[in-house]
Amino acid sequence: MTRSHRTDLEAPHGTTAEPAGIDPRGPRVGAGITAAMLAVVVLLGPTTPALVLLAVVALSFLPGAVWGPRATWQGWLFRVLVRPRLGRPEHLEDPRPPRFAQLVGLVVTGVGVVLGLAGVLAAVPWAAGVAFLAAALNATVGLCLGCELYVIGRRLRRARA
Amino acid sequence: MQTDMFPPGEHQPVSTRGVQMSAQWPALVALVVLTVVVALVWRRGQGRLRRPDGGSSGRGAAPDRWAADLDALGAAAGARATFLQFSAPVCAPCRATARVLAALAAEAPGVVHVEVDVETHLDLSLRAGVLRTPTVLVLDAAGAEVARASGAMTPAQARAALDAVTPIDQPSGRNA
Repeated sequence: MTRSHRTDLEAPHGTTAEPAGIDPRGPRVGAGITAAMLAVVVLLGPTTPALVLLAVVALSFLPGAVWGPRATWQGWLFRVLVRPRLGRPEHLEDPRPPRFAQLVGLVVTGVGVVLGLAGVLAAVPWAAGVAFLAAALNATVGLCLGCELYVIGRRLRRARA
Repeated sequence: MQTDMFPPGEHQPVSTRGVQMSAQWPALVALVVLTVVVALVWRRGQGRLRRPDGGSSGRGAAPDRWAADLDALGAAAGARATFLQFSAPVCAPCRATARVLAALAAEAPGVVHVEVDVETHLDLSLRAGVLRTPTVLVLDAAGAEVARASGAMTPAQARAALDAVTPIDQPSGRNA
C-alpha cells in the first residue's frame, strides 16, 4: 500500500497537455541579468538614457512573454555560458508560470516606456524600480511573483467557471 | 507615492563627451534595502509551521476535522499523522514539497501524505482557507488540524511538523 497519494494532479511531465519542463535555474539567471540592467535604469533617473535602457529591457521581455523565458537573449546566455558549467537540474519546472512572469515584466516596463515617451520621464525609474524588485527577488531567493500570479489566476478562472 | 524621489528638474549640463548626470544612488540603495527586507521576510515564512488561532482561550473553535474528506479522496488518515497538501498543477514549489513529504511518508511509520489539487477541489481549499500553494495541513490521527505551513517545506521542517503532532514518542512510533 502506498502512503503518498496524488489525488488528481496532473502527472509532472510527459502527458499530452503538458509542455516540456524547463531548467528552473534559467529564468533565475535571466532575472539576475535583467535586475542589473534595471538597477542602471534606476541610477540614471528620469532621463532619456534611462528610457532607452528601459525600452531595451522591455523588448527583451517580449519573446519571453510569447514563447517563454528560454526564447530571450538572457535564456540564450544561460544555455551557452552558465548551463555547461552546472550539473543537471534536480528537477524541471512547468514553463507556463515563468512565461506569464515575462508578460508581467513586459507590462510593467512597457508602461514605463510608454509614459516616458509621452513625456512623463519620472515614470521611467519607478517602473524600473518595481520590475527590479520582482527580478531581484526571483534571482536571489527564487520568489517569482509573476509565477505566483499565474497560479492564483488559474485558480480564480477555475472558480468562476 | 512620492514622485520627487527622482527629481526631473535637475537638468545637468550635457557635455559633448557624454551625458553628465547625477546618479540616483539614494533611490537604488532604498530599493535594494526594500528588496532584501522582502526577500528575508518571505524566506522566513516559507514552510514555517503555524498553529491554528484560538488555542488557549477566546475563539477556541474545535479544529476542523478532515477524516471524512480523506475517505472521500480515497485515502485513509495516518495512524500517527497525515500531511494534507493543497497544490496547484503548475506550481513548482508544490512539486518540491510533494517530494519532501512523500519521502517522509515512505520512511516514517504511520505517516500519510495526501496531495489535493486546489483547482479541482475548490470546496476543500475554501474550507481550509488555503490562499497560497502549497499549503500543508498537518493532521493528527483523528484527522484534526494541528498545524499548517505555506510555501515550500524543507525535509527538516517536515520532520519538525511531525514532531508537532506527536511531541513525545508515542507507543506506535519508533525512533529512527
